[in-house]
Amino acid sequence: MKKILFASFIGLSFIGTSCATLTKNQVSRLDIIKERGEIKCGVSGQIPGFSFLKSNGSYSGIDVEICKAIAAAIFGDMNKVQYRRLTAPERFTALKTGEIDVLSRNTTLNLTRDSAKGNGATFAPVVFHDGQGLMVKKESGVKLISQLKNSNICVGSGTTTEQNINDIFQERNIPYTPIKYQDLNQVVTGYLQGRCSAMTSDKSQLAAARSGFKKPEDHIILDETLSKEPLAPASVGGDQRLSDAIRWIIYALFTAEELNITKGNIDSKFKLAKENSNLLQLRRLFGIEGNLGDKLGLPNDFVVSIIRSTGNYKEIYDRHLGEKSAVPIPRGLNRSYKDGGLQIAPPFK
Amino acid sequence: MSFNKSNIIQLIIIVLITSLIGILINNLLINLIRSDMGISYNWIFQSSGFAISESTIPIKSTDSYALVLLTGWINSIKVIITGLILASLIGTLFGVCSISKNILLRFISFIYVSIARQVPLLIQLLFWYFVVLLPISRNPIHIMNSWIIISNQNISLGSINLSVEFSALVIGLSIFTGASIAEVIRGGINSVYKGQWEAYQSLGMSEFLGLRKIIFPQSLHAIIPGLTSQYLNLAKNTTLAIAIGYPDIYAISDTTITQTGRAIEGFFLLMASFLLINTILTRLMEKANSYIVNSTRFKK
Repeated sequence: MKKILFASFIGLSFIGTSCATLTKNQVSRLDIIKERGEIKCGVSGQIPGFSFLKSNGSYSGIDVEICKAIAAAIFGDMNKVQYRRLTAPERFTALKTGEIDVLSRNTTLNLTRDSAKGNGATFAPVVFHDGQGLMVKKESGVKLISQLKNSNICVGSGTTTEQNINDIFQERNIPYTPIKYQDLNQVVTGYLQGRCSAMTSDKSQLAAARSGFKKPEDHIILDETLSKEPLAPASVGGDQRLSDAIRWIIYALFTAEELNITKGNIDSKFKLAKENSNLLQLRRLFGIEGNLGDKLGLPNDFVVSIIRSTGNYKEIYDRHLGEKSAVPIPRGLNRSYKDGGLQIAPPFK
Repeated sequence: MSFNKSNIIQLIIIVLITSLIGILINNLLINLIRSDMGISYNWIFQSSGFAISESTIPIKSTDSYALVLLTGWINSIKVIITGLILASLIGTLFGVCSISKNILLRFISFIYVSIARQVPLLIQLLFWYFVVLLPISRNPIHIMNSWIIISNQNISLGSINLSVEFSALVIGLSIFTGASIAEVIRGGINSVYKGQWEAYQSLGMSEFLGLRKIIFPQSLHAIIPGLTSQYLNLAKNTTLAIAIGYPDIYAISDTTITQTGRAIEGFFLLMASFLLINTILTRLMEKANSYIVNSTRFKK
């Protein structure tokens, strides 16, 4: 009898210690990541060019390269990443609960998602400026949205695309029926099988999907863009150290393109900066002078580690979305500001 | 009141379990407050801003989340009721076939039950939708003097117009659940005393009449409990609708949760709505059970 009472007392006190309390702890996830030795990155795994799980089990795409750049900056090794495949509805919960450290899953930045009382995430700079579009079969002869009156449109559920299509069609008084599937593959199948006259998604995803069709030339993406879809990585809100680090890691990719620093020439540029004390800008960027990295809680030479691993933004873009890639998407707004695009980084000072 | 050893052990177990549940709830609430996500249902009367492909009640995208969720709930109930009826018919038919003296009927029933029970439901649904219904031509095919019109958009039976999503879901669910019901019915019939079979045969009744009047009523005792759990399974399995584009309560909650960011509240509502549907189903089946027990008063 005493033994039972004693055992249950132990049991109770054990449960008691697992009880959560309201004391705020100020530990940044950045420290947790460093302690763990790898970052947990949430991706889609289903979108060629962005994050795609290849048949050999490795991930590729620009969303994946962002995870790699963060790993390179923190650990000097871009392979210290653990990928988690997430569906659109589960991504913010995964971020909030700490199942992942970084969400790099073609996620549109908007007010609700960025705010404390919304999804409570904090967004990094936009890595891909996208816009929602519509794809139709060429033989249908549809060129304008107004020609889609009273037709069925295949759309992925649980995404902003669902709301955008409704906003536009309602605004213009075009009646339509949405056929909603949970996953992009099903949207594509529904469209190809003729359940819908058109499918809608971000133009990048339409291009990616079309690249896998038997006859890509039989399908056209309408010129009209329904919405702005700035896709950006996100981390949990209220953790300044982690979100600052991610922000400047992405700016490092833009800066490197602006200064024409590439994976190929980083070592010679680094050597050049080390030998010439007058190259102040480069010396600060590479961490030879000052302590920019340290301010972020990163190694001082984090920019060097990133560029050695992934190359600059242009190199990443060309690898996955460039003309010679499997999913060619013209760079458009995603060019550097020097070439008339929107990608610009604030000074590393 | 005297305490013996087992009383105290029971008491301790109750304390342990309640404190465990208490801690889980406490952790949930504290963590929600800590992450500025305290439970709130303010969003439920805000405009939803998304359209739904089919609904029984007239609905616009400017309507509130509450109304949109209600639409999804009604859509689910539509599938559940149609599915229950169809699955019961299919199950009874094949259940009776499986104990028939006719070897061909027994064989057909065996093949059906094996395939339908062993292939996962999700795969069956995707099969009916993407492999069977969607490849049908877009131009309607008229069958039986246009009484049945089939295309890969709609299936019309007389004046009833069904979407392909609804049709695929109901067909898949009924065929899947029908196989389990057939097994429940076979078991029930086999549980009837052998003497009863000999009795009706000695009275000169035909097999059909004997089954209907003598055997089947007595097998209901054994059938009802198994049938209840199959019905509940069917109701819960309707949530797979999201895979084939049917706007059931789960599919609509899914969109609602992403748009509002209110995952926990959304799941509470979902759980409550299924608890309600399944409690009603269980109660109805209990009523049926007690009616049968009272009306067939003979004891084995």
